[in-house]
Amino acid sequence: MRTIPSTKISETVRKMCIQAACELPRDVSDALEKAAAEEKSPVGRDIIERIRENVRLGREEQRPICQDTGVSVFFIQKGCDVGVDGGTLGNAINTGVKLGYEDGYLRKSVVRHPLDRVNTKTNTPAVIHFEEVEGDKLTICMMAKGAGCENMSRLRMLTPAQGEEGVKDFIVETVKKGWANPCPPVVVGVGIGGTFEVCALLAKKALLGDLGEKNPDPILARIEAELLERINNLGIGPQGLGGTVTALGVRILAHPCHIASLPVAVNMECHAHRHVKVTL
Amino acid sequence: MSNDMKKITTPLTSEVLEDLKIGDRVLISGVMYTSRDAAHKRMLDALDRGEDLPADLAGQIIYYVGPTPAKPGEVIGSAGPTTSYRMDPYAVRLMEIGLKGMIGKGARGPAVIEAMKKHGAVYFAAIGGAGVVIARSIKEAEVIAYDDLGPEAMRRIVVEEFPAVVANDVHGGNLYEVGYKEFRKD
Repeated sequence: MRTIPSTKISETVRKMCIQAACELPRDVSDALEKAAAEEKSPVGRDIIERIRENVRLGREEQRPICQDTGVSVFFIQKGCDVGVDGGTLGNAINTGVKLGYEDGYLRKSVVRHPLDRVNTKTNTPAVIHFEEVEGDKLTICMMAKGAGCENMSRLRMLTPAQGEEGVKDFIVETVKKGWANPCPPVVVGVGIGGTFEVCALLAKKALLGDLGEKNPDPILARIEAELLERINNLGIGPQGLGGTVTALGVRILAHPCHIASLPVAVNMECHAHRHVKVTL
Repeated sequence: MSNDMKKITTPLTSEVLEDLKIGDRVLISGVMYTSRDAAHKRMLDALDRGEDLPADLAGQIIYYVGPTPAKPGEVIGSAGPTTSYRMDPYAVRLMEIGLKGMIGKGARGPAVIEAMKKHGAVYFAAIGGAGVVIARSIKEAEVIAYDDLGPEAMRRIVVEEFPAVVANDVHGGNLYEVGYKEFRKD
């Protein structure tokens, strides 16, 4: 069995947190470039240009592109033939987050209890999702998830009779309800199927897909294209001030579900869609 | 960037406030104060107890922001706006004591919009997520109250040409209600 020292995992995560905060991934900056060319509103174009300038400065000066450096969300794929030496994987990740948010001068945005609301001052605990896969590799995906967009996310248990139309209407309605709050142009992550909790998790996981790539499921690819058009036709535009680019992309994942269920979850994401992936 | 920008300075006079219309792109210079969820709660608690606020807000602007920590040599860390509706429960009371401007992102509720009209105040939308660009317009920053709140502490900042758009004006205009109409396709 291959083993990875926990200190190596912590150091990797430390760097990932800083990189995520300061360097917008290529797929998102490419989508913003396209948005700048397509936007019809002069105010909207100004906003997108300033966002792009902000992205450039964040990368060059290694400063966080958004002050909400988020909750640190991890999707881990752990090969069954690889282990961690010197503690649990969860502890190694949390140590890395603590170091990254301190060393990178990132904002610590996590409170220890949702009701007493005392800041933990470390940005931990991180949110970590584990999945076991074949092989001896450890893949770590990290998202710095801001709350402005997260707060505009919704889930609904539809009935099978409501079908595809019901799903699409709920997604469009969610974007409309959020309006300017999730910082448009947004990325829309959608989960369809599974159970209550699986559906929500799929919606978040869907956000990790490359915006430039087509969904391998032809049904979902068709729905994504159709939804993107409907969402941009709402006219919400950059920052909700009116325009033709409301979303940079829609990404959907689906999962088998009960004969009586049709869950749908929409996880809203801002244009500062910060995610990093590393394989050890 | 376009050259049809209105340059304004704080404190905001009634003349300036009257002139601002929704959709106007503005560059703001002068002193303003930062505060978000927790600091707003403390200010309202102070008013309930009959105490003075950490700053005189007459004619002033509050910017809804919780910046990242400043690196050595920086005035402030990244400093884009936070979502404003969370401050709606506090905003009316502050306008009653003279607050004339708010900067944040996202639409305001009906009570806040009504109060802006009544008290002659304006709401500016800044670009959410443009933390580095906006920080560049902040030339001075000092914590003046609630230091224990960390990023939520109240700061006095001095800005030069802070970029924003007028989203609600003193005439009752609301950009979030009209901006999309030109671009909506049914």
